[in-house]
Parts: sequence; structure tokens; C-alpha cells
Amino acid sequence: MDDIANREPFIVDEPETMTFRLNRRTLADPAVLERERTAVFDRCWIYAGHESEVPEPGDFRTRKVAGRPVIFTRNSKGEVKLFLNTCRHRGAMVCREAAGNARGFYCFYHGWTYDRDGALVGVPGEDSYPPDFDKARFPLAEAPRVDSYRGFWFASFDPGIAPLETWLAGATEYLDLVVDQSPSGRMQIIQGTQEYDIRANWKLLVENSFDDYHLASTHATWLTYMKDAGVNVRPPKGLLLPSHGVGKDLGNGHAVIDNVNFRGRPVARWISIYGEDAKAEIESIRAEVFARLGEERGARVCDTNRNLVIFPNLVINDGSSVTVRAFWPEEVDRMKVTAWALGPAEESESARARRLDSFLTFYGPGGFATPDDVEALEAVQQGLATWREVPWSEMTRGLDKKGEQLNTDELHLRTFWRRWNRMMADAA
Amino acid sequence: MNATRAPATKAAPAVGRAEVEDFLYAEADLLDSWDLDGWLALLTEDATYRVPSNDAPDSEPRTALFLIADDMNRIRARIKRLKNAHAHAESPRSRTRRLITNVRLHGQEDGLVRVTANFVVYRFRRIQTTREYVGRYEYTLRATADGLRIKDRRAVLDSTALGELGAVSFIL
Repeated sequence: MDDIANREPFIVDEPETMTFRLNRRTLADPAVLERERTAVFDRCWIYAGHESEVPEPGDFRTRKVAGRPVIFTRNSKGEVKLFLNTCRHRGAMVCREAAGNARGFYCFYHGWTYDRDGALVGVPGEDSYPPDFDKARFPLAEAPRVDSYRGFWFASFDPGIAPLETWLAGATEYLDLVVDQSPSGRMQIIQGTQEYDIRANWKLLVENSFDDYHLASTHATWLTYMKDAGVNVRPPKGLLLPSHGVGKDLGNGHAVIDNVNFRGRPVARWISIYGEDAKAEIESIRAEVFARLGEERGARVCDTNRNLVIFPNLVINDGSSVTVRAFWPEEVDRMKVTAWALGPAEESESARARRLDSFLTFYGPGGFATPDDVEALEAVQQGLATWREVPWSEMTRGLDKKGEQLNTDELHLRTFWRRWNRMMADAA
Repeated sequence: MNATRAPATKAAPAVGRAEVEDFLYAEADLLDSWDLDGWLALLTEDATYRVPSNDAPDSEPRTALFLIADDMNRIRARIKRLKNAHAHAESPRSRTRRLITNVRLHGQEDGLVRVTANFVVYRFRRIQTTREYVGRYEYTLRATADGLRIKDRRAVLDSTALGELGAVSFIL
């Protein structure tokens, strides 16, 4: 392979000279993506799915995790499993449905059959194999490491990776703030998946997902919509946005923006946009959270938003609603995005409806904000065709600040890029 | 049907397919020419505009995540947004062309006409590849003194994921 790392640095990170520059080649050069597949995606915990997507034995979802086709399923003992979706005979995918409930998995090519636990249970014409052929040697293969944190399941293709909870580091605090919205600690992925491509490098969506600097200009029409609905969106003196927020490094490349809410929250802060009818129910949801978690933590759950990036490609945005978003690079300039809505398993029909409605005011391919993000990322990618002539992007916002970094600064972006750079360099 | 129910009013004159087709073609023309206020005037005060997620085409927006689930307030806000130059995903605007076929009427009651039609919407933008949105419209139209009006409008995409279509940033 072309020794890409030796040509020019991916980032120039010199705090003493207040320099943080990003080499645009990292977003445009196919050789960089080739290295990322092994240096980054094969050496991290990668989000695989949520336990609520497969509630019963035999329930399954097929998807890609780190580029591999997998079956995210629950076996006969009720355990979550991640099978690699390939027949042990010749390799065909043994499940081609997107979702369902299966007694087992059947390879239609030559008819090999596996049960829910992945065991090979049927081989047509088995008597023609040599005498030492043993079906027990050919179960469906599994990802080398699979583990979960509070309902979120991850897989790793690095057998030696640190335990998931260690690896998640400070991100667990923010996952807890999401899950604690449910009185029983059970969150649920809601039916209906938004799957869309963006013609841009996947790392641009990492940046965009928690870059609050872009909000006022990219999402001017969304802010107008909020204002028209009676929400105060005027930034106080010294801020670019209507409320205060900070960016934080959570360790291991994970980072977050942690903002005081102004945009309303289904759990649980009423704003005019929800209508007078919703006030009583939101107040009662809020009272339950405060009674369960206490004044301080209750306020944190109900009155702050968080946009969380779990390195490298999982985003949980807990703002106007909760969205879980994972994405995968198909090409250096194209990614596939999957976005789900997440809510407390026990929430009422009316609270669920409000959550979904609130989701669509901002998020998703038909929302009032996400299409403009997609446009921004695609505009960046097209501009990056000049990377040889204009090789550097500037990423120094907040670099000279000693203490707190704002959500509109770029500490959290630099956190991601530093970790990425280290993993790429370690693999060189 | 409840056989014992007495007819409350005398039957409204039946709406024919040709009239419905003329209406849908006129609507398509308004949308393709970006006459968004003209399109808005075709909607009733209780109108809805919905696009379900590709993997849940038969679901309802109170229990499933949609791509678009607008009531009339949200439709007005969407139009206001689309008329603003800062709606970047449609600035510069897409050029679209809608082909509407297989128009079928599925019953009329209380002045409401249920209609389905197939569509292909081609979307062109200078900086993007051509995108083809293929699917089925499900309408509930209301027969009024001023002609047909749209009460419910649901666009169901056939693609199993939105995928390369990217976004639904215009009125589909």
C-alpha cells in the first residue's frame, strides 16, 4: 500500500503555537479510507443494535457492522447474538430478509440449515462427505467480541480489544443520562427506520453531528420555525446560540456537547411548540424523573441536551427527541446512514406520538434541519476536490481557552480527530 | 357498512376519474413549477401530508417514525421554509417532473373520495445526480363547491431504503 502517512501529516496539532490543522486528504483520498477499514473500524467497538429490536427468541435484524453482513438476533435461550451472515459451505448469506422471526437460517444455495443458536443442523446428502465430516465444526460464525452497555450492543473484530465499558470511558455517563429517561431503565427503538446516503466522507457527519458552530447559519430556517412557534431563540450576549453549552472530551475519542435546553424535551420540558394540551402530561413525566433521580440529576436529564459521538461512528442526539444514528463509508465520498428514534419503553401513546412529532421538526431526511446538513456535507465534499491545492482545514476554535470550551468551539471535534490520527498512525 | 343507517343527506353527485385525474395533473403542475402558495390553496384546513419510512410503509405517525408527518400548521411552516433562500437543501431549487399514472378511485362517502395513483418524480440539481422517486400516492379528496380539495395526502416510496435519494427536501 502507498505509504500515505509518511507523505504529510494528517493533522498538525501544536497547541504551543495555537495550531490545529486538518489535512483535507483525510476526507478525499481513497487510500485513507482503505487504511481506515483496518486501522480504525476493525480495532474499535462498533455499534450493532439495540436489545429492543429483537425482543423474542428468533427475532432478527440483518445489517452491516464494520462492513460485514451480520444477523443481529436472539437465540433460543434469549441471549443476543451477532452471527456473521455467511454459510460455512460456500459463503452465501443465510438470511436475506431485513427483519423478522426465524426458527433458523437456511442457505437456499445448497440447502444447509442452521438453527436459532447458529448450529448447523441440516446438510443435504451428508453421506457423501468423508467420514470425519462433523456438522459441529460448522456453526454460523460470530463476531470475535460482542458486548452491551444498558441495552446498546456493540461488536468488535479485534479479539484483543479492551472491555466495552472500559473502552466507552466517559461516554457511559451520557448513555446513562439517555437511558435514565425511562422509569424502568428500558429504552426502545421505535418502528420506522430512516436510511439514507450522504455523498460525503463519513467523518464529516461525525463533525456535523456535534458541531454547534454551524447551527445559526445552516439551520436559520429551523430557528425561524422555532421562533414562529413562540420559542425564544435570541442568543444572550456573548453566545452564538440561544443557550449555554459546553464541549467535552470523554476519553478514547468519544466526545459530547452538553447544552442547556431551549428547544423543548419530550422527557421532559414543555415549550409552546407542544401545545397547551401537552403541558399536564409533560409536567407529570418531569415530576416522575425528579422523584426518581433527585433534584440535581433530574434537572440534568430534563433540562439539558446532549449530542454524543461514540468513536468512531455512533451518534446519539438527545435533543428535540432522541435519535440513534450509525453510519458506514461505502466510498471515500459516500456513506450510508441509518437513523432510529429511541424512547422509554413504557411511555404513553400520547407521549410517544409527541416524541415522534418532535423528532420530525428537526431530524431526518424530511425534517426542517437534517436536509440542510446533508447539503452542507455534500457541498464540503465537492469543495474538497481541491485538496491538493488547498490542503488544510482550520480547526482552532477555543484552542486558546484554559477552562471550559463552548459547544460552538471545536474541542470535541479535535478530540475525535486526535484519536483517529493516533489509530491511523499506530497502524502505519 | 351499517345497513340500518338512514341516509343523512341526499347523495352528492359522484366524482369521476377524469375529474380526479385533471385535479392531480394540475396539482403536479403547481408543484413542478414551485407555485407553493397555489398548492397550499388546494388543501383543506384539516389536511395532512405524510411520507412513511421506507421500511414501515403501512404504519401510522403516532406510533412509527416517518420521514414526514405534517398537519396543516407544519405544512404551512414547511412552505414558509421552502420559500426562504436559507433552506439550503432547496437553494438552488431542484427541478422536478412528476409523472402520475394508474389513477384509481376506491369509493366515495360523505363527500370524500379515496384515490390512489402511481408516481415517478424525477429530481434534478446541478450538483447532484438525477434522483428518481417512485411510489404510490394515497389521497383522500373532498368534493367542495370550489371543486376537489386535498384532505389527506400520503406518498409511499417503493425503494426499500431512501438510499441514494438522500432527502425529501421538496414536496414529494
